[in-house]
Amino acid sequence: MKITRYALTLIAAAALAGCGSTVKLDEPAPVKDIAPTPQPQQPPRAEPTRVADTSVKTISLDEQLNQQVQGKRVVYFDFDSDIVKEEYRPLIDVHAKRLNNNKKLALSLEGNTDERGGREYNLALGQRRAEAVAKSLTLLGVAGTQVEAVSFGKERPAAQGSTEEAWSKNRRVELKDK
Amino acid sequence: MPESLASVSRRRSLAALVALTAALGAGPASAQVRIDIAGVGGTRIPVAIADFRDESISPQPIAAIIRADLERSGLFKTVDVPGAFSETTSPVFADLRARQADDFVAGSVNRLADGRLDIRFKLWDVIKGAEIVGQAQAVHPDDARLAAHRIADVVYEKLTGEKGVFATRMAYVTKAGRRFSLVIADADGESAKVALASPEPIISPAWAPNGRELAYVSFESGKATVRIQDVQAGTRRVLADFKGTNSAPAWSPDGSKLVLSLSRDGGTQLFVINRDGSGVRRIAQSSAIDTEACYSPDGSQIYFVSDRGGGPQVYRMPASGGTAERVTFGGGYNISPAISPDGRTMAYITRTGGAFRLSVMDLATGQSQQISEANDDESPAFSPNGKLIVYASRAGGKEVLMTTTLDGKIKTPLLVTLAEVREPTWGPFTSP
Repeated sequence: MKITRYALTLIAAAALAGCGSTVKLDEPAPVKDIAPTPQPQQPPRAEPTRVADTSVKTISLDEQLNQQVQGKRVVYFDFDSDIVKEEYRPLIDVHAKRLNNNKKLALSLEGNTDERGGREYNLALGQRRAEAVAKSLTLLGVAGTQVEAVSFGKERPAAQGSTEEAWSKNRRVELKDK
Repeated sequence: MPESLASVSRRRSLAALVALTAALGAGPASAQVRIDIAGVGGTRIPVAIADFRDESISPQPIAAIIRADLERSGLFKTVDVPGAFSETTSPVFADLRARQADDFVAGSVNRLADGRLDIRFKLWDVIKGAEIVGQAQAVHPDDARLAAHRIADVVYEKLTGEKGVFATRMAYVTKAGRRFSLVIADADGESAKVALASPEPIISPAWAPNGRELAYVSFESGKATVRIQDVQAGTRRVLADFKGTNSAPAWSPDGSKLVLSLSRDGGTQLFVINRDGSGVRRIAQSSAIDTEACYSPDGSQIYFVSDRGGGPQVYRMPASGGTAERVTFGGGYNISPAISPDGRTMAYITRTGGAFRLSVMDLATGQSQQISEANDDESPAFSPNGKLIVYASRAGGKEVLMTTTLDGKIKTPLLVTLAEVREPTWGPFTSP
């Protein structure tokens, strides 16, 4: 929401600047009596609507990138597979962009499996998935020090139950900020 | 028991029966453990165990624990004798023979000046009218149950020829809600005590050969790290916390080092590390998963799981590194090897259809046998006398621990609690 509000404010500022240019400074400003048009009832605002003349609104690419990875934190896998599917390209791209933009950021890539099979072997399978995601990021220029592939195996299911629906939700890598 | 054995002398036939029988006991005041041994019949050694003189000094009922241990082993039938007798008693053998007891145990409990209990006993052969063995042990009162288990072990060994495991301990992991506990209990499931309580998963506990320390994998720091805990002192240290995942610890037989799986160089690969965390060295190199390693009992070989051939299979290689040879061939998924103390048998989990089942392999012949019909078996471990395997399974939708004889004929649920129970490991023999 923050970004949206900033954007609206910037548009408003641009509009005002545009208006100003049509007003000649050496002439008195034309005065018109205008009957006040009834304003629709606005809910009370927490912030003042007036913008200071000296205000500067920052466009933060970091913020934008943070915004863009929201809701893009999980990569799901097919059964017995560590292939990062094509549909996750945009997700990987935006994470890579974000990590490349700020070298101080680091991600923990947490691999997970479904419940079938041994705990240690699943831990290794989850690790393989996490490393597959790590590799797709480093191929896009992300430093190896910015990503740590780890695994929870089958110990941290996202969904309970022994159905394919639950299993498919559990075969995943979560990309978490460190 | 095969009928043909009935004609053999009772002692010899029972020694043979040991291989078929669960050597576990259950205490009389069992709150969480119920062991029902099915499939044991035929001849059992009739033994009379008198109440120990002054055993009310002890916080635990010594004679009752010994009786329960021996009864539950399936190899003994206890014979009632009225009254309490000490080891200094001269048994009236004619009377004991009349009660049809073949053997007789009596003993005493005394409090020492330092607060310890002096627990003594003697075992007699009633038929011969001769003493077999007598022992004394001075123990902390909290170890009275252990002292009773040790006496049961001596009786078991003298009368069957096999070492007993009543005085050994198990470790396992419970999950109740989102709480994980590393629990240590007597081999009969009694005296369960929590060694580590954590909001994060704990897996792969491994007893040190000294019986005092446990290595395990904890996710408490947001990833898998290997720690070693001194269970008595309640102190612990990080053994392996490298980049990535640190897991699957297994002790060398001499306890000087551990083999474990690290992903620090990419992939899940096998490393050896000294017990103090120094001297990390990679012992195998593959582009596949290599994990779940364990030493052969003589320390010369390492068995491990690898999917270098496609699916996971058990392989073996020299402990110092070198060429690996494949051990399992049946089926596409074989994991979690455990080697018997005599080095002859491997227990492991095999996938059949969608089921994961406990199997054993005769390592000399490579012959395998599935010894479970369950669907979700995991994590086998041998008892220190090699007569039993403890493993995790699922019954009624709940995680449980089971023990089985190596032929799979006698299976017993070990623990019945409200929590999920998993990841069992059987501690070593302990000397008094």
